[in-house]
Amino acid sequence: MSKPVENLKDVTIRFAGDSGDGMQLVGSELANTSAILGNDIGILPDFPAEIRAPAGTLPGVSGYQLHISSYDIHTPGEKYDALVAMNPAALKMNLENLKPNGLLIVNSEAFKERNLQLAHYKSNPLEDGSLDKYQLVEVDITGLTRKALEELNMSAKVVDRCKNFFALGMVFWLYNRSMDHAIGFIKDKFGKKAELVEANLRALKAGYAYCEATEQFVTSYEVKPAKLPPGKYRSLSGNDGVALGLIAASQKSGLPLFYGSYPITPASDILHELSKYKHFGVRTFQAEDEIAAVCAAIGAAYAGALGTTGTSGPGLALKMEAIGLAVSVELPVVICDIQRAGPSTGMPTKTEQADLLQAILGRNSEAPVPVIAASRPSDCFETIYEACRIAIKYMTPVIFLSDGYLANGAEPWPVPDVNSLPEIPVRFAKDPESFAPFLRDEQTLARPWAIPGTPGLEHRIGGLEKEAVTGNVSYDPRNHEYMVNMRAKKVQQIAQDIPPIEIDGASKGELLVVGWGSTLGAIKTAVERKQQQGKSVSRIHLRYVNPLPRDLEKVLRNFKKVLIPELNLGQLVKIIRANYLVPAIGYSKVQGQPFMSSEIEQKIDELLEK
Amino acid sequence: MSNPVIPNGSLALTKKDFESDQEVRWCPGCGDYSILAQTQRTLPNLNIPKEKYVFVSGIGCSSRFPYYMNTYGFHSIHGRAPAIASGIKCVNPDLSVWVITGDGDGLSIGGNHLIHTLRRNLDIKVILFNNRIYGLTKGQYSPTSEFGKITKSSPFGTVDHPFNPIRVAIGAGATFVARTLDRDPAHMQETIKRAAEHKGVAFVEVFQNCNIFNDGAWFKYTEKDTKPDNVVYLEHGKPLIFGAQKDKGIRLNGFRPEVVSISNGKYTKDDLLVHNENDHDATYAFILSHMIDNPALPVPVGVFRAVQDMTYEDALNQQIEQVKQKYGKPDLQALLESGDTWEVK
Repeated sequence: MSKPVENLKDVTIRFAGDSGDGMQLVGSELANTSAILGNDIGILPDFPAEIRAPAGTLPGVSGYQLHISSYDIHTPGEKYDALVAMNPAALKMNLENLKPNGLLIVNSEAFKERNLQLAHYKSNPLEDGSLDKYQLVEVDITGLTRKALEELNMSAKVVDRCKNFFALGMVFWLYNRSMDHAIGFIKDKFGKKAELVEANLRALKAGYAYCEATEQFVTSYEVKPAKLPPGKYRSLSGNDGVALGLIAASQKSGLPLFYGSYPITPASDILHELSKYKHFGVRTFQAEDEIAAVCAAIGAAYAGALGTTGTSGPGLALKMEAIGLAVSVELPVVICDIQRAGPSTGMPTKTEQADLLQAILGRNSEAPVPVIAASRPSDCFETIYEACRIAIKYMTPVIFLSDGYLANGAEPWPVPDVNSLPEIPVRFAKDPESFAPFLRDEQTLARPWAIPGTPGLEHRIGGLEKEAVTGNVSYDPRNHEYMVNMRAKKVQQIAQDIPPIEIDGASKGELLVVGWGSTLGAIKTAVERKQQQGKSVSRIHLRYVNPLPRDLEKVLRNFKKVLIPELNLGQLVKIIRANYLVPAIGYSKVQGQPFMSSEIEQKIDELLEK
Repeated sequence: MSNPVIPNGSLALTKKDFESDQEVRWCPGCGDYSILAQTQRTLPNLNIPKEKYVFVSGIGCSSRFPYYMNTYGFHSIHGRAPAIASGIKCVNPDLSVWVITGDGDGLSIGGNHLIHTLRRNLDIKVILFNNRIYGLTKGQYSPTSEFGKITKSSPFGTVDHPFNPIRVAIGAGATFVARTLDRDPAHMQETIKRAAEHKGVAFVEVFQNCNIFNDGAWFKYTEKDTKPDNVVYLEHGKPLIFGAQKDKGIRLNGFRPEVVSISNGKYTKDDLLVHNENDHDATYAFILSHMIDNPALPVPVGVFRAVQDMTYEDALNQQIEQVKQKYGKPDLQALLESGDTWEVK
């Protein structure tokens, strides 16, 4: 009694439930299965800062969004085709972005008086007609899970915790996913507790079987594999990309990796991940505070290691004095800022791009720091690697920008051949005859890296102004101006390494959309759609935000209008206007959420109409 | 691996080898000169190659110290020297790493880094110049200034209770804690040597005179008229005896130390507290640390505590070696391809 299967180009699904409901777990399992089936995927975990807010409440809702596609996609989807809501609070928090006529699966058992009150519903949405514009499917997920597991004689609490796998089983049937990978995953995850393996397997299979049998679902869907370039793939989140990129830079440069960090959302996963790789010589140092974390990284760099640290916006603010020291003593330190919504503590689990000016300018006096930004989860690998390369080549701290959206998002990543990664040559000073602490390389303006332990190179460095070449303390006015200029020039010099800007679309026209960081997916999707409609719009995306590419001004001037969408109140646009006197137009969003491409499309339309 | 000492023979280094070409710019008469000189005199005798020494400092008068040492030196930012030194020691345990700090730098702005460095037991030597005043910023009270002290920022007297640096260090779990005096060169050299030879973190408080902003702060303990009756030198295994005539001693009455005479027949040497710096239990060291707060008691000078424990960098490197043995040679390509992978054809 097989049911008809309908083909979809792509589908966006969102799971939502209590933060203890295991939505992240089943969401990521669906993502992994889909990736292995050959789809392109984009994911967006969206969880609260509270570890376990009271069950059933609005702040406790945790969501996991997944975009599965048969073609090359750039975002985790925007409006979703299907929403699985495990309780009224989850429904309330997530309904807004369900497409009209979208599939809405609710766990009917949870729609009881108490839960409705907790979600501030005045009447039961399942009964009051407010959900009429969706394909509402009420399933007693709790009851059916209990029934499927009744023979196992487990406690009600344990049984109810399996209902996420029942929901996953349903979605697997609906979208024709094989359960093989999930079965293996359950066996791995709960391997030590045979009864949990059995319970979750039963729940998964029961969800699948339920959909096949019930008349509530008449059709299932299929999303064919995407045509991705051939090669070996894995799923990569932004934070894992950072961790792997740092290890790769350490291995390629031959420098031991030191990562000093103080736990902070959403950067902590980098520390967790790196602490697993001691056999790669990785030294993770959970410092007493943000300042100690960066200072220890500076000390490690001084002693000849790859000194790195990671944090989020509030932590970056604390580190700034020390980053200024690294500028002054010219040591290679890499600082990862995984931005989150602020100011102050703000919304730690939500995304934003509002640390750009802090990264570029947020230090006392003239303290230039190169800043580079990753554009998608898998790009974090390459970008952090590049940050390390620049730091070592130019003897400078480098700030790497990512954000919560990239950090927790994931996508398929074609695993690179390590031999194809750029070389990171390291030259420690050895020769006492030719050594002076601040004698610069002509091409890079970098000073020599002379590490303690090298005979004959004993010297002193510090945060006081230094005389050019000798590095001796100097209050000479002209020397100070010379050194300030030299440090600025050195950072500008990095632009010689920036490849020519790639323009997506014509190199001349009405409108150029300029992006940086995690807005790539939404901008790219929007611009491609407008190009397909024949609109004169092109797009560039900046990885290097300080210094900017040397050909940027020329590119900008070939367009009548320049639009810069950012998840802040207009920070890059200020820099572009100030640097080039180009009347670029900013487009801001600061809701803790990424752009939707539809929002950018609308803005493009608006600008092209004028 | 973590021992920079050369086992045999002398490196034939002299004090001169440790003097940099920089002009020393402390005020004439400052106690810092003595600390610099005693350090330069002691280091040549430690059999550590000169290039292995790293002096890290923060901000303040004391923190200019590295500029005057002809070794590797890093004059960093206010209070952060212990954190920078930690990074250095973690990646190169072969270096002899020294932190030079003051009462403001180490106990105020850098208090957090100091206690955490002490508790981790990194093999770092911390020399804290305690002059009970902010010198470089010209005379404000410091976290060790006595209650009620009148300074530029406290014209009616401070309302702050001071820190007791020795107590802070013992409380933070430092494995080596000592006090010495700027005006006792021989004792200071011995103390620096002991600190250098200790395997683990070493904390040395130096009573240092700031003759400009807090002249005489320690004279009671450093000048020959008053010193004998106000200072008791700590020597391992020996009773606590002091006084110009060596006729007074410290006896424990319950948990409280008291001064007794050993010349009037009531008490003998056998009744006195015998110094034991190797007690892992810090109770006794704490009792000694409190003595400075009781005007009826002399101030102990010397090594309060010297115990052995695993150092942070050894634990770190041992863990790396263990994990290497478990997982074998690192393979970057295999790491990148770990987890769920799939082929696209």
